[in-house]
Amino acid sequence: MNPAFSVVFLTTLSGAAQGLLIALVGVEAAAYLGLLAAPPTAFYVTGSALSVALGGLGLIASFFHLGHPERAWRAVAMWRTSWLSRECLCLPAFLACAFFYGVAHWFGSPWSLALGALGVLASAALFVCSAMIYACLRFLQEWATPLTLANFVLLGCASGFTLVTALSAWFAPALTAGLAACACALTLAGCASRSASLVRNARLRPKSTVQSATGIKNAKVVQVSRGFTAGAFNLREFFHGKSAGTLRGVKWGFLGTAFVAPVVLMTLGAGVHSIGISVVLLAAACLVQYAGLVAERWFFFAEAKHPQNLYYARVG
Amino acid sequence: MTQMALVIDLNVCVGCHACVTSCKEWNTSGESGSLADLNPYDADPSGTFFNRVQSFEAGSYPNAETIHFPKSCLHCEDPPCVPVCPTGASYKRKEDGLVLVDFDKCIGCKYCAWACPYGARELDEERKEMTKCTLCVDRIHDENLSERDRQPACVLACPTSARLFGDIHDPESVVSKAIRERGGYQLMPEWDTKPANHYLPRKTTSASGCGEGSCSCKTDSAESMPQTVDAQLERGQLHLASIATRI
Repeated sequence: MNPAFSVVFLTTLSGAAQGLLIALVGVEAAAYLGLLAAPPTAFYVTGSALSVALGGLGLIASFFHLGHPERAWRAVAMWRTSWLSRECLCLPAFLACAFFYGVAHWFGSPWSLALGALGVLASAALFVCSAMIYACLRFLQEWATPLTLANFVLLGCASGFTLVTALSAWFAPALTAGLAACACALTLAGCASRSASLVRNARLRPKSTVQSATGIKNAKVVQVSRGFTAGAFNLREFFHGKSAGTLRGVKWGFLGTAFVAPVVLMTLGAGVHSIGISVVLLAAACLVQYAGLVAERWFFFAEAKHPQNLYYARVG
Repeated sequence: MTQMALVIDLNVCVGCHACVTSCKEWNTSGESGSLADLNPYDADPSGTFFNRVQSFEAGSYPNAETIHFPKSCLHCEDPPCVPVCPTGASYKRKEDGLVLVDFDKCIGCKYCAWACPYGARELDEERKEMTKCTLCVDRIHDENLSERDRQPACVLACPTSARLFGDIHDPESVVSKAIRERGGYQLMPEWDTKPANHYLPRKTTSASGCGEGSCSCKTDSAESMPQTVDAQLERGQLHLASIATRI
């Protein structure tokens, strides 16, 4: 597949927004149970504002994917069958929850935790919808695995918790060490599940072959002409045109920047005593991890081999 | 339930692309038009087509054969492109089994194209809507056309009649008979999409070249034919080559 940057930004931005809201509600629930000291209101308000901003940017990015953005409202119609339609319902619902969660904290409402719980549900539903858009396409074998869902959830939560760790260094330094530990654990879990899907996908054997695509019964069938020399949608949409070396570079690059570097930066950031240095290091962890996750999502699209490519193997 | 479909005979397709151009001509000027052509006479041309003729080579020299392989939307009976559409623009019509796009509802998200394993859908670059083969839905039911013409443009254009058109759910139709009698098969059966379009596999025919004595070019009819033009006319059979003179 040719990675579409609109979708790359949509899934990474909204994943971070969802993880951020889950982390905020997690902190509030732990404080409610008396497990940790309650952070100041500004922590929640800034956090949910950031979550709404990231999710909103993701929503804006998604419009760039559409040929007719002015008709986008129609996309909620087929929620009974289409995961994309369900995502179109869940994303605004999630944004509304995150917005009202921040408002509840701003006004000191006693309903904030209940709203937060609703937000976690919306966030979880959105993770499922976003991942199933890809995992439900059975002939894109790289995507059609439960690991796709695991990766979307873990990578979104990891980036959200990293953001919350950076916020806590500014607003509630007492929480930083604990949140950094959670963020590192989620990042390492995301690394494990993404590595598992990389290993799985490297060993995949495509079910479709040029023989099954054409029905020609011969051990050796090669395309001699795709039937045209010009450009076409099928060439632009399903071929990324990058070399195997570039793909390898992106793969090792995102393994380093999305997983290794943030863990190192967070360990350092949570360990230093100066709040200023800690904030800088944790903010750097967020940015590096986000860049890594953009590369990860780009690779997720690029590594998927669409069976239609069997029909477009040779110019002639 | 009716399921209209094409059955394509790989024995006789000569790869002339007449179906491709005829399809483009009809569909860019018909109800589903227009189909973009960007830079048609310039560097890097690009355009929307519903139908392609591709060529494959099977086997190794000297036992290689070239197979010309027309490919368009297969109008699957269980089309994976339909349930994924978020707006309902992509649908399968009950009355004739066609998989169609309601262009006015299409938001151009391309998800249906991702969900088609055959690469049968193309997003038109100018209209920014998903387009695909309609089996010439604006021809096949048009009662203003003669009955012979109520067929897809590609079928009418094919000079070797490699394309048959009909209802595969009617056991007496020409397409059902062809599938039954000549081993018609579907593409990528592994995905269980149940394509309506079928392909008739190549049959090995026994050698019938000039050396076999069965070839018409070596019959003795020419020898037994009267030599004079008048005698030939008498018999009602002109053999013009015999009266040609070198000048």
